[in-house]
Amino acid sequence: MPLSLALLSIVGVLASALISFGTDRAPWLFRFVVLGLLAVSGLTATAAGVWVLLTNQNLAIELALGLPWLPWHLRLDALSGFFFAIVGLITFVTSLYAVNYSREFQNSPYSYSTLGVFTGLFIAGMLLVLLADDGYAFMVAWELMSLSSYFLVVYQHLNESNRRAGFLYLLMAHVGGLSILLSFGVMVGFGDGFSFAAMRQAALSPLWASIVFGLAFFGFGMKAGLVPIHAWLPEAHPVAPSHISALMSGVMLKVAIYGFIRVVFDLVGDLLWWWGLLILFVGAASALLGILYALMQNNSKRLLAYSSIENVGIIFTALGLAILFISTGHPVLGALGFLAALYHSLNHALFKSLLFLGAGAIAHSSHEYNLERMGGLIHKLPYTAVFFLIGCISIASLPPFNGFVSEWLIFQTALQTTALESGILRLIIPITAAVLALTGALAVACFVKLYGIAFLGLPRTRHVKHAREVGGSMLASQAILAVLCFLFGIFPALTLQTLAVIPEKILATPVGEFAASSWLWLTPISADVASYSPALLLLGIVVVGFLGWLLLRLKKPCVRRADTWDCGFGGGTARMQYTATSFAMPIRHILSPVWHSSETIDEQRDDLRPVSIKHELHIADRSWPVLYLPILHYVQWVARRIGVVQTGNIRVYLMYSFFTLLAILWIVT
Amino acid sequence: MDWLLALLQTALFVFGAPLLLGWIKRLKALSQNRQPAPVWQPYRDLRRLFHKEVVIAHHASWLFRITPYIVFGAVVLVASVVPLLVTSLPTAAIADVIVLVGFFALGRFFLALAGMDIGTAFGGMGASREMTIASMAEPAMLMAVFTLAMTASTTNLSTAMLTILHEGLVLRPSFIFAALGLMMVAVAETGRIPVDNPATHLELTMVHEAMILEYSGRYLALIEWAAQIKLMVYGVLVLNLFFPWGIATETTTNALLIGSVVILAKLMLLALILVVSETVVAKMRLFRIPQYLSFAFLLCLLGALSHVILEAGYII
Repeated sequence: MPLSLALLSIVGVLASALISFGTDRAPWLFRFVVLGLLAVSGLTATAAGVWVLLTNQNLAIELALGLPWLPWHLRLDALSGFFFAIVGLITFVTSLYAVNYSREFQNSPYSYSTLGVFTGLFIAGMLLVLLADDGYAFMVAWELMSLSSYFLVVYQHLNESNRRAGFLYLLMAHVGGLSILLSFGVMVGFGDGFSFAAMRQAALSPLWASIVFGLAFFGFGMKAGLVPIHAWLPEAHPVAPSHISALMSGVMLKVAIYGFIRVVFDLVGDLLWWWGLLILFVGAASALLGILYALMQNNSKRLLAYSSIENVGIIFTALGLAILFISTGHPVLGALGFLAALYHSLNHALFKSLLFLGAGAIAHSSHEYNLERMGGLIHKLPYTAVFFLIGCISIASLPPFNGFVSEWLIFQTALQTTALESGILRLIIPITAAVLALTGALAVACFVKLYGIAFLGLPRTRHVKHAREVGGSMLASQAILAVLCFLFGIFPALTLQTLAVIPEKILATPVGEFAASSWLWLTPISADVASYSPALLLLGIVVVGFLGWLLLRLKKPCVRRADTWDCGFGGGTARMQYTATSFAMPIRHILSPVWHSSETIDEQRDDLRPVSIKHELHIADRSWPVLYLPILHYVQWVARRIGVVQTGNIRVYLMYSFFTLLAILWIVT
Repeated sequence: MDWLLALLQTALFVFGAPLLLGWIKRLKALSQNRQPAPVWQPYRDLRRLFHKEVVIAHHASWLFRITPYIVFGAVVLVASVVPLLVTSLPTAAIADVIVLVGFFALGRFFLALAGMDIGTAFGGMGASREMTIASMAEPAMLMAVFTLAMTASTTNLSTAMLTILHEGLVLRPSFIFAALGLMMVAVAETGRIPVDNPATHLELTMVHEAMILEYSGRYLALIEWAAQIKLMVYGVLVLNLFFPWGIATETTTNALLIGSVVILAKLMLLALILVVSETVVAKMRLFRIPQYLSFAFLLCLLGALSHVILEAGYII
């Protein structure tokens, strides 16, 4: 039954893509039928995923698609059900959002049909990846997802930078896809057949298992945006329409994480400890560098895209801890890290989508992505301001919201390092935890900057000053995500107990005392070691707040509105406020080697005072000069060498054909 | 009974914190050859502020008005989970020490936002500096906490103190490092000299004061009070985590009496240390603070490493 629901949702999404062909003539068709169908399919997918997760079923089906001797195997188990529910939920929310948001494109050179067709294909691709139970179906669905999202990235194609970002994205997606294909190839070679069941049976030597792991890590890591192969992500994600950015950052990255978990934890199975160490390093580096780069961005959506890199880094750190603990014989602790990674995946999908939708709402009403030109939006977009604040608190992992819970679980896992025998590992894990702590603290700074500059203070430009609150569907979708962020923060124990079936199934280990704890208390290891009760904490907040309010009620406050204190100089203006760049300046100054930055100050003076000061600051990603440009140059060099054979002379080409024929004849005989 | 005690301890934190600040100010005045104000001067200040009219800028939003309550509430919640007199604190199970750090961060998050709400240069400057300092101090704080958590194999404050009490007086190199690091972090987090100067309003140097420059009346009173409680929480954390001896482990009148006297003496002594260091050391330039904090972080990291190497056995 859940499987038919899941298939139904995919059919619905594909139908929405089909209907979209007619939307250029009738825009209402897009807003009501296509988006409605997407929203319903999203809900169906969520229901299917949650159902499978709750009943812990394992449903398989064979579809006679594809090649005659190679039917598609589809399967829905707890792991894919969990990710299925995430994709479905965010699909529902973003389609709801798009009802009002897509008006933006009605009188633009960009057509509804392109948006509708490729959104449908993109979501169908993601859902199929999660269902795929053989390498062939997986790769077809994966490519469908990558290719259709390319067309969404270049949707606003009149802007040249969007086309460049799209090309980079396409290129990287294919390098990654190739790597994934090769990792499946190795497993198919050792097993018999393309199905995942056969791959699970394949007896891999540690060397070949490591090769599979390396290829999968590179391929899925590239899609997930791990440092240093992340450079495409902050280019591609922000240039798509905002609800698509939410889908790409909130959900597509999770599909990559799902793929990694499926291949490494499920198909390969026998984990080696150094894999965990490698993931731990890469994950911690991604988390730290991601947030440091995010902190320097002044474009709201680019900032969010870099912060996705940070969150993916956190998820991979948790997975690395899981591998380390499992491979050294502590499966219960490993399962805890695994659960933390899953929970953070869910949380990141929620708050990152919320923030992207919020950034889209700002852009919708003020046409502004540049933080330096925003300000004071809390007065103009009062509801969006509340939802965005909830998103910021959640992503900055502050209690009592959901981001904090997953971070807390990761810290608790890392603190169990004393269980390990190896001294080196016991040294490395606390250092990783410290890096995560630094990341968390920088994330708070980063989102204070984002919220403070965009929503608080005085408006810095005229059109921001006249911004108006966005429409009902955009607010409703943000409200849903904000409420979910809150609920998953207050009642984490319930969710985690449900999720516990996934590690039990994939890793074949019980999760220990965890599953037995009550809904009120979160006790990952035992009540003596650590406990956290967000619900009681919330009760405490309410009681303290109420008491304080009562006490202060005794005397009516005497509040007077007055001018802002201006040190007696008269009249502060919006230009005197701290800017986004100046907010991040102390951190840029302290950690300057991290960024590839160039700053020029050009000061024109007459005799006594400066006449004009020109200040230019460029901050670029270090991965460009260090990794990408050298590879680019090398590829160009090789291409030039090979290009020598192309003389452009017809006789030379005839000669090539003649010698090729000769060679073939020689080989054949 | 336990819950009643928890309530009592929280009340002691909330209403005793101004006294601690009064004591510090008195000691400081004496050490600088000034005529000291009475120790209950902070109470008088709070009372005066609570009765004053609140003046708010025209442009201030709702965020500006709820921030004092959130900051105060967060600090009171934190105070309710830190064992002051007795270790058997039922509230300590609700939130462990990582949650405690998280709640301090929550208060700071809102304070920084409130600083940016008015749209003056001061507010943004204070927020930017505060977040910079905090982003260096928090990892050090967590590292000290981790050292402790690994030793006691718990992050629950009550259980950690009990474990340390049970093991008796053992010389642990990791604790010396971690205690030093935590003290340095506490100085930074509570905005004391040499990181910040609570008594200055000079734009070149102020951090915390710049953020709250626009607050007045009862809002200012709540924020000042929260800062005083925070100072006391950090003091008690340093004292009771690393030198828990004297704290009551059972709820008899005798043990509680001894516990109160001991913690009072310890806090007075800690205040003396703080005053001496503040009198001897000058305030640092803003861009020297990272060095100070990375030194604190290094100490805490050394603490964790020496725990792993020296105390937990097993070296490969």
